[in-house]
Amino acid sequence: MNFLTVMKRELKSYFTSLIAYVIIAIFLVIAGYFFYTNLVMFVMFVGTDVKLGLWQHTFYDMRFVTLSLLPLLTMRLFAEEKKLGTIELLYTSPIRDMEIIMGKYLACLVVYVLMLLLTLLYPVLLEVVFSVEMGPVIAGYTGLFLLGAACIACGIFLSSLTENQIVAAISTIGVLLFMWLIDWNEGIAGERSVIILHQLSLSEHFFNFIKGVIDIDDIVYYLSFIFLFLYLTRCSLESRKWRGEK
Amino acid sequence: MPAIDVQNLTKFYGPARGIIDISFSVEQGEIMGFLGPNGSGKTTTMRMLTCFFPPTSGTARICGYDIHEDPIEVRRRIGYLPESVPLYRDMPVFSYLHFFAEVKGISRSKRKVKVDEAMERCGLTDVSHRLIGKLSKGFRQRVGIAQALLNDPEILILDEPTVGLDPKQIIDIRSLIKELGKTQTVILSTHILPEVSMTCDRVIIIHEGRLVAVDTPANLMKRLQQTPQVVIRAEGPQGEMQRALEKVEGVVSVELRMRHSGADCFQVAMQEDAPAVNGLARAICDGGWRLHEIRPADMSLEEIFIQLVTEEQGVTGA
Repeated sequence: MNFLTVMKRELKSYFTSLIAYVIIAIFLVIAGYFFYTNLVMFVMFVGTDVKLGLWQHTFYDMRFVTLSLLPLLTMRLFAEEKKLGTIELLYTSPIRDMEIIMGKYLACLVVYVLMLLLTLLYPVLLEVVFSVEMGPVIAGYTGLFLLGAACIACGIFLSSLTENQIVAAISTIGVLLFMWLIDWNEGIAGERSVIILHQLSLSEHFFNFIKGVIDIDDIVYYLSFIFLFLYLTRCSLESRKWRGEK
Repeated sequence: MPAIDVQNLTKFYGPARGIIDISFSVEQGEIMGFLGPNGSGKTTTMRMLTCFFPPTSGTARICGYDIHEDPIEVRRRIGYLPESVPLYRDMPVFSYLHFFAEVKGISRSKRKVKVDEAMERCGLTDVSHRLIGKLSKGFRQRVGIAQALLNDPEILILDEPTVGLDPKQIIDIRSLIKELGKTQTVILSTHILPEVSMTCDRVIIIHEGRLVAVDTPANLMKRLQQTPQVVIRAEGPQGEMQRALEKVEGVVSVELRMRHSGADCFQVAMQEDAPAVNGLARAICDGGWRLHEIRPADMSLEEIFIQLVTEEQGVTGA
């Protein structure tokens, strides 16, 4: 259960260094703003068909905050320890590389889930005045959760490659943006390659969730994305065993 | 069974040398010093003993556990202070030690006792609630050592534990290490010669990745003060040449080292105040034999010592 020890320390560190508070606060402010403006817009122009469209727009806006804020949460995970040298202590403690990775990954995921849970306030508030259909809300949150979990996996990998946190954050944003936009210019792609691009795209798999559909295909996609990057992280940590540098 | 048994340990960083073919063993309860100039391979050796990374070839057994086969078991039995003394600066001393106690698998019920014990041994009890980042260098060093002590390791590995401290702190840390050496096997690395003679039972000298000598500090000093040695390589009848060399003024002893490429190689010990080596050369030439080479014997040990001695400045009173 060593990963729990690492996870607890990471969480403590997030909350004593204020990083978590700042990021959660920004997330809530922006998500709240999106929810409010979307709600007002739907009430003014669309009328009673609030149920589906409202959530589609809100979740679609929130994924943008997820994509751009999570790299700031993951950037320190390994980069900071490498810079401080504390990673050497972990490497020489009776703990496996995978336990270190899982501890850090889960700590970050916990902060993200906390962010999402706090936004549950919006549907709850709405429920008070207007009956909310829960299906699309659940699907949307599932999508946001999986998207965030994938972003964190990608971020933890890139953080393990460098001791510079800024480099880790920027490269994570780069990879995530690219994976999000990979099928935008589908017009120029052939019929077969469009299918492949859609399959690879972070956004394509996300759209189903915000439409209110939980499809096993999309879940498998995100889980594979997560496993791939966690595996790469492990390879990156193990590279100390054969790399030429000191 | 020795506490540490190292066999033919070799590490290359790509094409760059780490260490080459190092073998030694450390008995239980010994304080072993690793001595060598910066970049000689001390940290590399320690990192392999702590299973930070595996050697390119060769192996080591720590308390009977192989570093290749049971890295986790090895790590359970060691306490390690890396050279840079890595610390989470945003944590108080107490939480930092608590975290590593947990990582090292100390059960919940014993954790507080172990942390308190380690803090007391290292004189940290008064600062236990201060943030590590706000502590002085000497105290941070102690936190690092306390971390290494948490699991009552059978073996303590300390990489340059006194580097960057002021003379008073150095004295404190050295006496702490001596204290620890009473109950544990300690390996400590340093590039400071007097530190070794003051704290260690035995010394390993590493230079450019190779093991130069393993001995007690006293014996090493003796070897250091030995008479000058000269190596002569010459071609001719072996016995006659040796006798001729022995007769030269100022020669203490002549030892046949080896034959190679047709010539015999002798090592000649000279008196301290012996005249120049002309006599040796003349003895060979007068005998009508062919002189191939004449040079001072391998000086590496002395050279290293000189390098080490000159690096120690300002703490000679310690």
